[in-house]
Amino acid sequence: MGLVILVVIWLITFISAYFFVAKTWWLPVGASAAAAGIDHHFATTYFLMGIVFVVSQLALGYFAWKYRDRGSATRQALYSHGNNRLEIIWTLLTLILFVGLNFMSSSIWASERFRPAVSDAVQVEVTGMQFAWYFRYPGPDGKFGATKPELQDPSSGGEGAIGLDTSDPASKDDFVTGTMYVPVNREIDVILRAEDVIHSFFIPAMRFKQDAVPGLAIHMHFTPIATGDYEIACSQLCGLGHYKMHGILRVVTQEEFDKWVATQEAGKQ
Amino acid sequence: MASTTTTASANTARVLGAGFGRPDQNELDFAARLRRVRLGVGVALTGIVMIFVSYSSAYVVRQGLPTLDPRTGALVRDWLPLQLPNFLLVNTLVLLVSTLTMELARRQAVSAGFGAGTASRTETDRMPWLALTIILGLSFLSGQWLVWRELAASGFYVATSPSSSFFYLLTGMHGIHLLDGILALLAAGAASLLRKSATSTAVVVDATAWYWHFMTVLWVYILCLLEFAP
Amino acid sequence: MATGEFAAHAVHAHAAPTSWIRKYVFSLDHKVIGIQYFFLALTAVFVGMFLSLLMRIHLIWPAAALPLLGEIKPETYLTLLTMHGTIMVFFVLTTAPQGGFGNYFLPIQIGAPDMAFPVLNMLSFWVTALAFFVMIAAFFVVGGAPLHGWTGYPPLSALQSAGPGEGLGADLWVISIALFCVGALMSALNFITTTLDMRARGMTLMRMPLTCWAWFITAILGLLAFGVLLSAGILLLLDRNAGTSFFVPLVTINGQLTGHKGGSPLLWQHLFWFFGHPEVYIAILPAMGLCSQLLSVFSRKPIFGYKAMVYAMLSIGFLGFMVWGHHMFMSGMSPYTAFAFSVMTMAIGVPSAIKTFNWLGTIWRGRIRFASPMLFALGFVSLFISGGISGPFLAQPVLDIQLHDTYFVVGHFHLIMGVASIFGIFAATYYWFPKMFGRMMNESMARWHFFITLIGTYAIFMPMHYLGMAAHLRRYSQLTELKYLHGLVPLQEFMTYAAFITIAGQFIFLFNLFWSMKFGDKASDNPWEATTLEWTTATPPPHDNFGGHIPVVYNGPYEYSVPGAPRDYIMQTDPEVVKAH
Repeated sequence: MGLVILVVIWLITFISAYFFVAKTWWLPVGASAAAAGIDHHFATTYFLMGIVFVVSQLALGYFAWKYRDRGSATRQALYSHGNNRLEIIWTLLTLILFVGLNFMSSSIWASERFRPAVSDAVQVEVTGMQFAWYFRYPGPDGKFGATKPELQDPSSGGEGAIGLDTSDPASKDDFVTGTMYVPVNREIDVILRAEDVIHSFFIPAMRFKQDAVPGLAIHMHFTPIATGDYEIACSQLCGLGHYKMHGILRVVTQEEFDKWVATQEAGKQ
Repeated sequence: MASTTTTASANTARVLGAGFGRPDQNELDFAARLRRVRLGVGVALTGIVMIFVSYSSAYVVRQGLPTLDPRTGALVRDWLPLQLPNFLLVNTLVLLVSTLTMELARRQAVSAGFGAGTASRTETDRMPWLALTIILGLSFLSGQWLVWRELAASGFYVATSPSSSFFYLLTGMHGIHLLDGILALLAAGAASLLRKSATSTAVVVDATAWYWHFMTVLWVYILCLLEFAP
Repeated sequence: MATGEFAAHAVHAHAAPTSWIRKYVFSLDHKVIGIQYFFLALTAVFVGMFLSLLMRIHLIWPAAALPLLGEIKPETYLTLLTMHGTIMVFFVLTTAPQGGFGNYFLPIQIGAPDMAFPVLNMLSFWVTALAFFVMIAAFFVVGGAPLHGWTGYPPLSALQSAGPGEGLGADLWVISIALFCVGALMSALNFITTTLDMRARGMTLMRMPLTCWAWFITAILGLLAFGVLLSAGILLLLDRNAGTSFFVPLVTINGQLTGHKGGSPLLWQHLFWFFGHPEVYIAILPAMGLCSQLLSVFSRKPIFGYKAMVYAMLSIGFLGFMVWGHHMFMSGMSPYTAFAFSVMTMAIGVPSAIKTFNWLGTIWRGRIRFASPMLFALGFVSLFISGGISGPFLAQPVLDIQLHDTYFVVGHFHLIMGVASIFGIFAATYYWFPKMFGRMMNESMARWHFFITLIGTYAIFMPMHYLGMAAHLRRYSQLTELKYLHGLVPLQEFMTYAAFITIAGQFIFLFNLFWSMKFGDKASDNPWEATTLEWTTATPPPHDNFGGHIPVVYNGPYEYSVPGAPRDYIMQTDPEVVKAH
């Protein structure tokens, strides 16, 4: 039985580890400035925790086999209540490992989240509602107009969905789209809002995730570094349509972005 | 009354020391039971404290929390302090007096419990404090109900404003707990009238007394929270 | 100091009952109450398992129409997952280890005739049972059961119009949980008072088996945490029904104003997770205590580092109250607060690691007997390692950005809380069945059960980590919309097939359980040659646990293979003290 246990535990360990090492299913390709640092730290944690995983499981299986009762009357189990020195050593080692990992990751966290977006970031207001994302751009005046909950009409799409108050002068040049366009290599200042319940704005390729909470307007930023289309998913249970609340982030060159903005503005006349 | 004090401290020594020495079998059981039930009440009160700790933190958070006004896009604080009806002070006085009568009832019951099976004592000795506490407790609750009616009359219901919500919540939760205490006292009173064991009655009265004192302290805390952090 | 040494002589709480109702229904005997809790949890686990089976079927065959239930709509899937989580966490993981085995064996293991407050004990069971019925009733009311997840975040859970099932079903869900909190608080009161006041002479705190320490610390956690959940539940009920706005800001549902304003959804999250994090330790601590016990018994070796194990459990309990924010890194909480919580969370990994090292240290140089309880104890260690390893990923906010709300989290908590704890429950059943029912469970059925379950649960939950890294989100009813999910469907299919086999394997256990009650080999009083007090008494134990005689304790609970002793174990009550050190 000891051998069976060893084999089963070792097999489970090796098979799991294989898929982890082979990266058969892996993080999506990173396309933001922060991705490299985050992925590097992920890999570090992965490597270290992976070693702990494999070593401890193998030890468990090995001990189960090695110290099985072979029926021999002469071998007695070791009568020992433990070893304080060993306790202290492995406690300290674990502490160093965990605290070390934490401080490494905290410096990345701090650099991303302890500062607001740069002053010339591209502003996009992202509003989540059951079950779609809408993106509002402030237009040439750089200011977002007022919205009123009474004016919200999700079935009308666009400006009606977010309840844009057209009587506010700042609203005149705001436009709302269903696809999020951003220029590459510029910092994007996302202002997250939610109309009804908590949603969460997740762009896997950008390593970007933030809950959109009703009653709050949360600022968060990222910098895309590669053009292309990236899927956006809702990552906080928001009702029956949670699984289909998705969108597209389209990263284009600065030129294409300016052209697109101009087209949207023209469409408003 | 001086003899009550010395007996009280002797009884305390018995309860704390229960398990050592060889006192009378009956008293020993009573002291041990008392100890165990008091421990239980202490544990229960710790659990109840957490309820009011969560409400207090919710209260403080809600007071200070800005919420987004979607019309202006600005963060606003919408907490309007509630004007507390003065009658609350009368109620507080009633509760404070009830805690005194409760303590007297407790000492009476406990010394009766220790003396059970020995000298006979008059039944009238046992009742006044307990009954008085029940009456005062019920008065407090009726008084709270009157306060609620007064608030409702001036337009403050549960959902009117965040501060009114918390007022009803805190006073309501306290009231429910106090009512449980009154029910326990009623049970003890009934048991006593039905000539049930003096020790069992004493255990119930003692436990409820500590619970009652806690409810008084809790009430004073709630009042201070509502008054000084409106 | 012997606290309750004469307390045991005190007037016995209750005489043995005679009527059937008093013996088996409204019993004051902690042993009967423990078995009642156990069967409540057994019912709940099969309900919960059935719900998860439906979930797994729907994920890979979304259009399938099932007999009786028909097609599972997306919102029904969410209802299934909400009720699966709620039922499993509360009525299985918080019920069987503590209310079930704790109730039965804590008094016996400390040498007491019963719990401190038997009437309260009975009440706590019936309140919990009532809570379960109310929870199940949610399925059958108009609108059905809620779909807001076991975590119940408002505004989704606070607004009747936010989705199907958010009407009466959601109210019943909250009421059920509130009742459960009351039952749990009453139970915690009993456990704490009993442990502090009713230990037999010689049973000092540091001579208690680690199972007793685990039940004791779990009860303290429950005492401090369930009140907070109760408070949150009351606030949610008020928001739902009385028009208050504790949690709901100014929102519209489908363009309709709801009449609420000013509330904070984050307030719920703070209150819920202040309870929720200690709750996961409540779910796992009893299993940890039992694992320590079993590894020692079946390796014939003292537990490695008894004091360290006690301090580790105490620190896990204590730190467990300081880490709740790690469930909220993405919630809109301040990033500075997130940093503080992440430091505390990494810290709590340390005592857990210590325990794992000590378990390995216990079997090292032992003489391992592979009885069924031991198999599950070894399985527990393996699952605890696997589930624990994914923790440090989630504990670091910068990595949590990618992994939060993905299957990585689902894999993590199922392995470390769900499956590991269930292995603890299985181990407890195989171990204590002889004492409770006087017969042994069938060992070869047990072995089939063990291997199918160990391999099966790994096959279901290990792939979830791969899915999570590939950004597969959780609580998705269908995998048809997001393009990048299409490539992950084969893995989901594999998990579903593994689930079929694993669930089938549980029926072996169920059969074994009932068959052995009637036909199992008769058990002696101490079939495992263990040292703790429950093995000194008759099988099953008499009404007052020790047949009128009060045990006196001389030894610690892990005196195995003491050099010079006549046998390889010394009972705790055995006055012969042969100490090699």
